[in-house]
Amino acid sequence: MYTSSDLKKGLKIQIDNNPYVVVEFEFVKPGKGQALYKCKLKNLLTGALIDRTYRSGDTIEPAQIEERKMQYLYNTGESYFFMDTQTYEQIEVPKENLGEAINFLLEGIEVDLLLYNDKPIGCTLPNFVDLKVVRAEPWVKGDSVAGDSKPVTLETGYQLRVPPFIEEGDKITVDTRTGQYVTRAK
Amino acid sequence: MSRGQNRIEDGFRLRIIEKRAGILRLVREFFQKKGYVEVETPILIPYPIPEANIDPPKAEGGYLHPSPELCMKMVLSCGLKKIYQITRCFRKGEEGRYHMVEFTMLEFYEQDKGYYSMMELLEELIGELVLNIEGKEKINYRGFQIDLTPPWPRIPFGEFFQRTTGLNLEKAIEENIFEDLLTSKVEPSLPVLRPSFLVDYPAQLASLARLKDPHTAERFELYMGGLELANGFSELLDPHEQLRRFVAENEKRASMGKEIYPISESFLSAISKIDKAAGVALGIDRLMMILLNQDEISLVQPLTYKDLIP
Repeated sequence: MYTSSDLKKGLKIQIDNNPYVVVEFEFVKPGKGQALYKCKLKNLLTGALIDRTYRSGDTIEPAQIEERKMQYLYNTGESYFFMDTQTYEQIEVPKENLGEAINFLLEGIEVDLLLYNDKPIGCTLPNFVDLKVVRAEPWVKGDSVAGDSKPVTLETGYQLRVPPFIEEGDKITVDTRTGQYVTRAK
Repeated sequence: MSRGQNRIEDGFRLRIIEKRAGILRLVREFFQKKGYVEVETPILIPYPIPEANIDPPKAEGGYLHPSPELCMKMVLSCGLKKIYQITRCFRKGEEGRYHMVEFTMLEFYEQDKGYYSMMELLEELIGELVLNIEGKEKINYRGFQIDLTPPWPRIPFGEFFQRTTGLNLEKAIEENIFEDLLTSKVEPSLPVLRPSFLVDYPAQLASLARLKDPHTAERFELYMGGLELANGFSELLDPHEQLRRFVAENEKRASMGKEIYPISESFLSAISKIDKAAGVALGIDRLMMILLNQDEISLVQPLTYKDLIP
Protein backbone atom coordinates (compact mmCIF):
# COMPACT_ATOMS: atom_id res chain seq x y z
CA MET A 1 0.00 0.00 0.00
CA TYR A 2 1.09 3.54 -0.71
CA THR A 3 0.26 6.52 1.48
CA SER A 4 -0.34 10.06 0.26
CA SER A 5 3.28 11.02 0.96
CA ASP A 6 4.41 8.49 -1.69
CA LEU A 7 2.52 10.37 -4.41
CA LYS A 8 4.60 11.86 -7.17
CA LYS A 9 4.57 12.19 -10.94
CA GLY A 10 4.79 8.78 -12.56
CA LEU A 11 3.47 6.75 -9.58
CA LYS A 12 1.03 4.08 -10.74
CA ILE A 13 -2.00 3.44 -8.58
CA GLN A 14 -5.23 1.44 -8.70
CA ILE A 15 -8.68 3.03 -8.33
CA ASP A 16 -11.93 1.09 -8.83
CA ASN A 17 -10.22 -1.74 -10.68
CA ASN A 18 -8.44 0.59 -13.09
CA PRO A 19 -4.72 1.33 -13.26
CA TYR A 20 -3.80 5.02 -13.26
CA VAL A 21 -0.57 6.97 -13.53
CA VAL A 22 -0.03 10.31 -11.77
CA VAL A 23 0.61 12.81 -14.59
CA GLU A 24 0.46 16.02 -12.54
CA PHE A 25 1.11 16.36 -8.86
CA GLU A 26 0.90 19.29 -6.51
CA PHE A 27 1.52 19.41 -2.77
CA VAL A 28 -0.48 22.20 -1.14
CA LYS A 29 -0.64 23.15 2.50
CA PRO A 30 -2.30 26.36 3.52
CA GLY A 31 -0.67 27.94 6.58
CA LYS A 32 -1.45 25.89 9.69
CA GLY A 33 -3.94 23.82 7.68
CA GLN A 34 -3.91 20.21 6.55
CA ALA A 35 -1.77 19.10 3.66
CA LEU A 36 -3.47 18.20 0.38
CA TYR A 37 -1.98 16.10 -2.37
CA LYS A 38 -3.65 17.16 -5.62
CA CYS A 39 -3.25 14.77 -8.52
CA LYS A 40 -4.21 14.57 -12.14
CA LEU A 41 -4.43 10.89 -13.01
CA LYS A 42 -4.44 9.18 -16.38
CA ASN A 43 -6.29 5.92 -16.80
CA LEU A 44 -3.70 3.59 -18.30
CA LEU A 45 -6.34 1.62 -20.20
CA THR A 46 -8.51 4.39 -21.64
CA GLY A 47 -6.26 7.46 -21.44
CA ALA A 48 -9.03 9.38 -19.63
CA LEU A 49 -7.88 12.06 -17.16
CA ILE A 50 -9.36 12.54 -13.69
CA ASP A 51 -8.58 14.81 -10.73
CA ARG A 52 -8.12 13.38 -7.27
CA THR A 53 -7.14 15.04 -4.01
CA TYR A 54 -5.63 13.01 -1.19
CA ARG A 55 -4.98 13.98 2.42
CA SER A 56 -2.19 13.14 4.84
CA GLY A 57 -2.41 9.55 5.95
CA ASP A 58 -4.69 8.34 3.11
CA THR A 59 -3.76 4.92 1.81
CA ILE A 60 -3.64 4.19 -1.91
CA GLU A 61 -3.55 0.87 -3.70
CA PRO A 62 -0.62 0.28 -6.05
CA ALA A 63 -1.65 -0.35 -9.66
CA GLN A 64 -1.96 -4.03 -10.47
CA ILE A 65 0.39 -3.81 -13.38
CA GLU A 66 3.65 -5.47 -14.12
CA GLU A 67 6.63 -3.44 -15.29
CA ARG A 68 9.22 -5.35 -17.27
CA LYS A 69 12.56 -4.08 -18.46
CA MET A 70 12.54 -4.75 -22.21
CA GLN A 71 14.64 -3.81 -25.16
CA TYR A 72 12.99 -2.28 -28.21
CA LEU A 73 13.83 -4.23 -31.38
CA TYR A 74 11.92 -3.03 -34.46
CA ASN A 75 8.47 -2.20 -35.78
CA THR A 76 6.32 -3.15 -38.71
CA GLY A 77 4.42 0.11 -38.77
CA GLU A 78 1.40 -1.24 -36.91
CA SER A 79 3.24 -3.34 -34.32
CA TYR A 80 6.29 -2.71 -32.17
CA PHE A 81 8.44 -5.58 -30.93
CA PHE A 82 10.26 -5.72 -27.59
CA MET A 83 12.56 -8.35 -26.09
CA ASP A 84 13.23 -9.41 -22.51
CA THR A 85 17.04 -9.37 -22.42
CA GLN A 86 17.13 -12.10 -19.74
CA THR A 87 14.78 -14.64 -21.29
CA TYR A 88 14.86 -13.46 -24.94
CA GLU A 89 11.06 -13.60 -24.89
CA GLN A 90 9.55 -11.21 -27.44
CA ILE A 91 6.36 -9.19 -27.02
CA GLU A 92 4.37 -7.50 -29.76
CA VAL A 93 2.72 -4.19 -28.86
CA PRO A 94 0.15 -2.47 -31.08
CA LYS A 95 1.28 1.03 -32.09
CA GLU A 96 -1.74 2.76 -30.53
CA ASN A 97 -0.85 1.41 -27.06
CA LEU A 98 2.48 3.21 -27.11
CA GLY A 99 1.16 6.74 -27.70
CA GLU A 100 3.83 9.44 -27.91
CA ALA A 101 6.54 6.98 -26.93
CA ILE A 102 6.97 5.91 -30.57
CA ASN A 103 8.63 9.28 -31.21
CA PHE A 104 11.58 8.24 -29.09
CA LEU A 105 11.92 4.52 -29.67
CA LEU A 106 15.29 3.86 -31.22
CA GLU A 107 16.41 0.30 -31.83
CA GLY A 108 18.16 -1.09 -28.77
CA ILE A 109 16.70 1.36 -26.23
CA GLU A 110 15.69 -0.10 -22.84
CA VAL A 111 12.21 0.75 -21.59
CA ASP A 112 9.82 -0.38 -18.88
CA LEU A 113 6.99 -2.17 -20.64
CA LEU A 114 3.70 -1.98 -18.72
CA LEU A 115 1.61 -5.14 -18.62
CA TYR A 116 -1.95 -5.30 -17.31
CA ASN A 117 -3.41 -8.83 -17.09
CA ASP A 118 -0.41 -9.85 -19.23
CA LYS A 119 -1.43 -7.42 -22.01
CA PRO A 120 1.04 -4.67 -22.94
CA ILE A 121 -0.62 -1.28 -22.33
CA GLY A 122 2.27 1.11 -22.68
CA CYS A 123 5.88 1.80 -21.89
CA THR A 124 7.92 4.14 -19.72
CA LEU A 125 10.92 5.74 -21.38
CA PRO A 126 14.04 7.18 -19.78
CA ASN A 127 13.40 10.90 -19.02
CA PHE A 128 16.08 11.92 -21.49
CA VAL A 129 17.11 10.30 -24.76
CA ASP A 130 19.82 11.25 -27.25
CA LEU A 131 18.75 11.14 -30.90
CA LYS A 132 20.44 12.03 -34.16
CA VAL A 133 19.17 14.84 -36.39
CA VAL A 134 18.61 13.44 -39.88
CA ARG A 135 17.15 16.52 -41.53
CA ALA A 136 17.75 20.20 -40.77
CA GLU A 137 17.67 23.36 -42.85
CA PRO A 138 21.01 25.18 -42.84
CA TRP A 139 21.08 28.20 -40.60
CA VAL A 140 21.29 31.53 -42.41
CA LYS A 141 22.61 34.12 -40.01
CA GLY A 142 20.30 37.10 -39.66
CA ASP A 143 17.33 35.08 -40.83
CA SER A 144 15.26 35.19 -37.68
CA VAL A 145 11.79 35.22 -39.19
CA ALA A 146 10.85 32.05 -37.34
CA GLY A 147 12.26 33.34 -34.07
CA ASP A 148 15.23 31.68 -32.49
CA SER A 149 14.43 28.12 -33.45
CA LYS A 150 14.03 25.92 -36.51
CA PRO A 151 12.35 22.59 -37.24
CA VAL A 152 14.39 19.39 -37.55
CA THR A 153 13.60 15.71 -38.05
CA LEU A 154 15.16 13.05 -35.83
CA GLU A 155 16.17 9.50 -36.73
CA THR A 156 12.89 8.19 -35.28
CA GLY A 157 10.93 10.45 -37.62
CA TYR A 158 9.97 12.78 -34.77
CA GLN A 159 9.93 16.49 -35.64
CA LEU A 160 10.60 19.29 -33.17
CA ARG A 161 12.00 22.82 -32.94
CA VAL A 162 15.59 23.35 -31.88
CA PRO A 163 18.02 26.29 -31.64
CA PRO A 164 19.36 27.38 -35.05
CA PHE A 165 22.93 26.15 -34.46
CA ILE A 166 21.87 22.48 -34.54
CA GLU A 167 22.90 20.83 -37.80
CA GLU A 168 22.19 17.63 -39.68
CA GLY A 169 24.17 14.79 -38.09
CA ASP A 170 24.20 16.37 -34.61
CA LYS A 171 22.92 14.39 -31.65
CA ILE A 172 20.52 16.18 -29.35
CA THR A 173 19.03 15.35 -25.96
CA VAL A 174 15.23 15.37 -25.83
CA ASP A 175 13.05 15.30 -22.71
CA THR A 176 10.64 12.44 -23.43
CA ARG A 177 8.07 13.79 -20.96
CA THR A 178 7.66 17.09 -22.78
CA GLY A 179 8.98 16.14 -26.22
CA GLN A 180 11.20 19.18 -26.12
CA TYR A 181 14.82 19.89 -26.95
CA VAL A 182 17.14 20.03 -23.92
CA THR A 183 20.69 20.38 -25.19
CA ARG A 184 23.17 19.32 -27.87
CA ALA A 185 24.53 15.89 -26.95
CA LYS A 186 28.14 14.79 -27.30
CA MET B 1 9.73 19.61 -15.28
CA SER B 2 12.02 21.33 -12.84
CA ARG B 3 15.50 22.17 -13.82
CA GLY B 4 15.97 21.64 -10.09
CA GLN B 5 15.92 17.89 -10.24
CA ASN B 6 18.12 17.34 -13.19
CA ARG B 7 20.11 20.12 -14.65
CA ILE B 8 20.76 23.42 -12.93
CA GLU B 9 23.39 25.20 -14.93
CA ASP B 10 26.24 26.57 -12.84
CA GLY B 11 25.70 30.07 -14.22
CA PHE B 12 22.07 30.06 -13.14
CA ARG B 13 22.97 28.83 -9.68
CA LEU B 14 25.70 31.41 -9.32
CA ARG B 15 23.33 34.28 -10.16
CA ILE B 16 20.77 32.97 -7.65
CA ILE B 17 23.36 32.67 -4.88
CA GLU B 18 24.61 36.21 -5.41
CA LYS B 19 21.16 37.73 -5.60
CA ARG B 20 19.98 35.78 -2.59
CA ALA B 21 22.89 37.06 -0.51
CA GLY B 22 22.13 40.63 -1.60
CA ILE B 23 18.48 40.34 -0.57
CA LEU B 24 19.35 38.86 2.83
CA ARG B 25 21.70 41.79 3.39
CA LEU B 26 18.91 44.25 2.55
CA VAL B 27 16.53 42.49 4.97
CA ARG B 28 19.09 42.75 7.78
CA GLU B 29 19.74 46.42 6.98
CA PHE B 30 16.00 47.11 7.13
CA PHE B 31 15.61 45.60 10.58
CA GLN B 32 18.75 47.23 11.89
CA LYS B 33 17.44 50.61 10.73
CA LYS B 34 14.16 49.91 12.52
CA GLY B 35 15.97 49.21 15.80
CA TYR B 36 15.46 45.43 15.79
CA VAL B 37 17.97 43.13 17.48
CA GLU B 38 18.97 40.00 15.56
CA VAL B 39 18.84 36.90 17.74
CA GLU B 40 19.81 33.26 17.38
CA THR B 41 17.93 30.51 19.19
CA PRO B 42 18.25 26.71 19.30
CA ILE B 43 17.33 24.77 16.18
CA LEU B 44 17.42 21.51 18.12
CA ILE B 45 14.62 21.72 20.69
CA PRO B 46 13.34 19.13 23.18
CA TYR B 47 9.72 19.46 22.02
CA PRO B 48 7.90 21.64 19.53
CA ILE B 49 4.72 23.59 20.19
CA PRO B 50 1.68 21.33 19.75
CA GLU B 51 -0.01 22.31 16.49
CA ALA B 52 -2.37 19.93 14.72
CA ASN B 53 -0.82 20.17 11.25
CA ILE B 54 2.82 21.00 11.87
CA ASP B 55 5.22 18.08 12.30
CA PRO B 56 8.95 18.65 12.67
CA PRO B 57 11.44 15.86 12.06
CA LYS B 58 12.84 14.01 15.08
CA ALA B 59 16.50 14.36 15.85
CA GLU B 60 18.73 12.94 18.55
CA GLY B 61 17.81 14.90 21.68
CA GLY B 62 14.47 16.17 20.42
CA TYR B 63 13.22 17.79 17.26
CA LEU B 64 14.48 20.18 14.60
CA HIS B 65 12.35 23.26 15.13
CA PRO B 66 9.47 23.87 12.71
CA SER B 67 9.78 27.60 13.46
CA PRO B 68 11.61 29.66 16.09
CA GLU B 69 8.31 30.99 17.49
CA LEU B 70 8.56 29.40 20.92
CA CYS B 71 12.14 30.56 21.47
CA MET B 72 11.54 34.03 20.02
CA LYS B 73 8.79 34.76 22.52
CA MET B 74 10.96 33.51 25.36
CA VAL B 75 13.73 35.86 24.23
CA LEU B 76 11.25 38.72 23.89
CA SER B 77 10.24 38.22 27.53
CA CYS B 78 13.79 39.10 28.64
CA GLY B 79 12.87 42.72 28.08
CA LEU B 80 13.81 43.25 24.43
CA LYS B 81 11.32 45.35 22.49
CA LYS B 82 12.07 44.33 18.92
CA ILE B 83 13.74 41.14 17.74
CA TYR B 84 14.16 39.26 14.50
CA GLN B 85 15.76 36.06 13.30
CA ILE B 86 16.53 34.43 9.96
CA THR B 87 16.87 30.69 10.40
CA ARG B 88 16.41 27.33 8.72
CA CYS B 89 13.21 25.51 9.77
CA PHE B 90 12.04 21.95 9.23
CA ARG B 91 8.67 20.39 8.50
CA LYS B 92 8.29 16.70 7.89
CA GLY B 93 6.73 15.57 4.63
CA GLU B 94 6.33 19.04 3.14
CA GLU B 95 7.63 18.84 -0.36
CA GLY B 96 6.35 20.44 -3.52
CA ARG B 97 6.65 23.40 -5.82
CA TYR B 98 6.25 25.80 -2.87
CA HIS B 99 7.42 23.58 -0.01
CA MET B 100 10.65 22.05 1.19
CA VAL B 101 11.25 20.02 4.32
CA GLU B 102 14.06 22.46 5.19
CA PHE B 103 13.49 26.11 4.40
CA THR B 104 14.43 29.60 5.57
CA MET B 105 12.16 31.61 7.79
CA LEU B 106 12.27 35.23 8.81
CA GLU B 107 10.48 35.87 12.09
CA PHE B 108 10.12 39.22 13.80
CA TYR B 109 8.39 40.25 16.99
CA GLU B 110 7.70 43.60 18.54
CA GLN B 111 6.34 44.50 21.95
CA ASP B 112 3.46 46.96 22.46
CA LYS B 113 2.21 46.40 18.90
CA GLY B 114 -0.81 44.66 17.37
CA TYR B 115 -1.21 42.74 14.12
CA TYR B 116 -2.22 45.82 12.08
CA SER B 117 1.15 47.45 12.83
CA MET B 118 2.88 44.32 11.56
CA MET B 119 1.01 44.53 8.25
CA GLU B 120 2.36 48.06 7.83
CA LEU B 121 5.88 46.88 8.62
CA LEU B 122 5.56 44.16 5.95
CA GLU B 123 4.41 46.73 3.39
CA GLU B 124 7.46 48.78 4.23
CA LEU B 125 9.91 45.86 4.20
CA ILE B 126 8.78 44.30 0.93
CA GLY B 127 8.19 47.73 -0.66
CA GLU B 128 11.75 48.70 0.16
CA LEU B 129 13.23 45.45 -1.14
CA VAL B 130 11.39 45.79 -4.44
CA LEU B 131 12.28 49.48 -4.78
CA ASN B 132 15.91 48.61 -4.16
CA ILE B 133 15.97 45.77 -6.70
CA GLU B 134 13.62 47.11 -9.39
CA GLY B 135 14.04 50.86 -8.89
CA LYS B 136 10.25 51.26 -8.67
CA GLU B 137 7.31 50.05 -6.58
CA LYS B 138 6.35 47.42 -9.13
CA ILE B 139 7.64 43.95 -9.77
CA ASN B 140 7.01 41.50 -12.58
CA TYR B 141 6.23 38.02 -11.27
CA ARG B 142 5.24 35.19 -13.63
CA GLY B 143 4.04 37.71 -16.18
CA PHE B 144 2.07 39.96 -13.83
CA GLN B 145 3.07 43.47 -12.82
CA ILE B 146 2.43 43.57 -9.07
CA ASP B 147 1.84 47.09 -7.77
CA LEU B 148 3.21 47.58 -4.25
CA THR B 149 1.94 51.09 -3.53
CA PRO B 150 0.67 50.97 0.06
CA PRO B 151 -1.74 50.37 1.61
CA TRP B 152 -2.32 46.83 0.34
CA PRO B 153 -5.88 45.55 0.57
CA ARG B 154 -6.92 44.11 3.94
CA ILE B 155 -9.58 41.52 3.16
CA PRO B 156 -11.75 40.14 5.98
CA PHE B 157 -11.23 36.38 5.70
CA GLY B 158 -14.67 35.20 6.86
CA GLU B 159 -16.60 37.44 4.45
CA PHE B 160 -14.27 36.70 1.54
CA PHE B 161 -14.53 32.95 2.14
CA GLN B 162 -18.33 33.16 2.19
CA ARG B 163 -18.39 35.25 -0.98
CA THR B 164 -16.00 33.08 -2.99
CA THR B 165 -17.26 29.65 -1.88
CA GLY B 166 -20.88 30.31 -0.88
CA LEU B 167 -20.12 28.55 2.40
CA ASN B 168 -19.60 29.62 5.97
CA LEU B 169 -15.93 29.44 6.96
CA GLU B 170 -16.47 27.74 10.33
CA LYS B 171 -18.82 25.26 8.76
CA ALA B 172 -16.24 24.42 6.10
CA ILE B 173 -13.67 23.72 8.84
CA GLU B 174 -16.14 21.49 10.69
CA GLU B 175 -16.88 19.54 7.52
CA ASN B 176 -13.19 19.17 6.76
CA ILE B 177 -13.43 20.86 3.37
CA PHE B 178 -11.71 24.09 4.42
CA GLU B 179 -8.31 23.45 2.82
CA ASP B 180 -9.91 22.21 -0.39
CA LEU B 181 -12.03 25.33 -0.80
CA LEU B 182 -9.29 27.67 0.32
CA THR B 183 -6.89 26.41 -2.34
CA SER B 184 -9.40 25.83 -5.14
CA LYS B 185 -11.73 28.83 -4.73
CA VAL B 186 -10.53 31.42 -2.21
CA GLU B 187 -6.84 31.84 -3.03
CA PRO B 188 -7.42 32.01 -6.82
CA SER B 189 -9.89 34.88 -6.21
CA LEU B 190 -7.36 37.08 -4.43
CA PRO B 191 -6.09 40.19 -6.25
CA VAL B 192 -3.44 39.28 -8.81
CA LEU B 193 -1.84 42.67 -9.33
CA ARG B 194 -1.63 43.63 -5.64
CA PRO B 195 -0.26 41.95 -2.55
CA SER B 196 -3.15 41.45 -0.12
CA PHE B 197 -3.79 40.51 3.49
CA LEU B 198 -6.47 38.05 4.53
CA VAL B 199 -7.30 39.23 8.04
CA ASP B 200 -9.10 37.82 11.08
CA TYR B 201 -8.85 34.05 11.06
CA PRO B 202 -11.14 31.59 12.85
CA ALA B 203 -9.85 30.96 16.37
CA GLN B 204 -9.27 27.25 15.72
CA LEU B 205 -6.69 28.11 13.03
CA ALA B 206 -4.59 30.30 15.29
CA SER B 207 -3.68 28.60 18.53
CA LEU B 208 -1.00 31.15 19.43
CA ALA B 209 -2.88 34.31 18.50
CA ARG B 210 -4.87 36.70 20.63
CA LEU B 211 -8.63 36.51 20.16
CA LYS B 212 -10.61 39.48 18.91
CA ASP B 213 -13.87 37.82 19.89
CA PRO B 214 -14.55 34.23 21.00
CA HIS B 215 -14.55 32.96 17.38
CA THR B 216 -11.98 35.18 15.72
CA ALA B 217 -8.24 35.53 16.14
CA GLU B 218 -6.15 38.61 15.33
CA ARG B 219 -4.24 36.73 12.66
CA PHE B 220 -3.46 37.60 9.05
CA GLU B 221 -1.83 35.97 6.03
CA LEU B 222 -0.03 37.96 3.36
CA TYR B 223 -0.48 36.73 -0.22
CA MET B 224 1.59 37.98 -3.12
CA GLY B 225 1.86 36.65 -6.66
CA GLY B 226 -0.37 33.71 -5.72
CA LEU B 227 1.99 32.69 -2.91
CA GLU B 228 1.18 32.58 0.77
CA LEU B 229 4.11 34.64 1.92
CA ALA B 230 3.76 35.58 5.58
CA ASN B 231 1.64 34.83 8.59
CA GLY B 232 1.28 37.27 11.48
CA PHE B 233 -0.74 37.85 14.57
CA SER B 234 -1.20 39.67 17.83
CA GLU B 235 0.40 37.30 20.29
CA LEU B 236 -1.66 35.38 22.80
CA LEU B 237 0.04 36.20 26.12
CA ASP B 238 -2.41 34.81 28.64
CA PRO B 239 -0.75 31.59 29.92
CA HIS B 240 -4.03 29.99 31.03
CA GLU B 241 -5.73 30.57 27.69
CA GLN B 242 -2.55 29.43 25.87
CA LEU B 243 -2.47 26.22 27.90
CA ARG B 244 -6.12 25.51 27.02
CA ARG B 245 -5.38 26.00 23.32
CA PHE B 246 -2.30 23.78 23.44
CA VAL B 247 -4.37 21.06 25.10
CA ALA B 248 -6.97 21.43 22.33
CA GLU B 249 -4.25 21.14 19.65
CA ASN B 250 -2.84 18.06 21.37
CA GLU B 251 -6.33 16.54 21.37
CA LYS B 252 -6.58 17.15 17.63
CA ARG B 253 -3.16 15.55 17.17
CA ALA B 254 -4.20 12.52 19.21
CA SER B 255 -7.38 12.14 17.13
CA MET B 256 -5.23 12.12 13.99
CA GLY B 257 -3.07 9.38 15.47
CA LYS B 258 -0.15 11.79 15.92
CA GLU B 259 2.26 12.11 18.81
CA ILE B 260 1.28 14.62 21.50
CA TYR B 261 3.89 17.04 22.82
CA PRO B 262 4.43 18.02 26.46
CA ILE B 263 3.73 21.67 27.10
CA SER B 264 6.61 23.87 28.17
CA GLU B 265 6.04 25.53 31.56
CA SER B 266 8.90 27.91 30.96
CA PHE B 267 7.26 29.11 27.76
CA LEU B 268 3.97 29.76 29.55
CA SER B 269 5.68 31.66 32.32
CA ALA B 270 7.72 33.66 29.78
CA ILE B 271 4.68 34.91 27.86
CA SER B 272 3.02 35.97 31.12
CA LYS B 273 5.79 38.58 31.45
CA ILE B 274 4.86 40.31 28.18
CA ASP B 275 1.94 42.77 28.09
CA LYS B 276 1.38 43.14 24.41
CA ALA B 277 3.23 41.97 21.31
CA ALA B 278 2.79 40.97 17.69
CA GLY B 279 4.88 38.85 15.40
CA VAL B 280 5.28 37.67 11.82
CA ALA B 281 6.76 34.60 10.13
CA LEU B 282 7.76 35.12 6.52
CA GLY B 283 8.95 32.42 4.13
CA ILE B 284 12.22 33.81 2.84
CA ASP B 285 12.46 31.29 -0.02
CA ARG B 286 9.05 32.26 -1.36
CA LEU B 287 10.02 35.92 -1.11
CA MET B 288 13.14 35.04 -3.12
CA MET B 289 10.93 33.28 -5.70
CA ILE B 290 9.02 36.52 -6.25
CA LEU B 291 12.04 38.81 -6.19
CA LEU B 292 13.98 36.54 -8.56
CA ASN B 293 10.91 35.64 -10.69
CA GLN B 294 11.19 31.87 -10.22
CA ASP B 295 8.23 29.52 -10.00
CA GLU B 296 9.74 26.72 -7.98
CA ILE B 297 11.16 26.92 -4.46
CA SER B 298 14.06 24.58 -5.20
CA LEU B 299 15.29 26.99 -7.89
CA VAL B 300 16.12 29.75 -5.39
CA GLN B 301 18.37 27.55 -3.22
CA PRO B 302 22.16 27.56 -3.38
CA LEU B 303 21.97 23.79 -2.82
CA THR B 304 19.27 21.32 -1.81
CA TYR B 305 19.05 18.00 -0.01
CA LYS B 306 18.42 16.33 -3.38
CA ASP B 307 21.69 17.70 -4.77
CA LEU B 308 23.53 15.81 -2.03
CA ILE B 309 22.02 12.36 -2.56
CA PRO B 310 24.87 10.06 -3.63
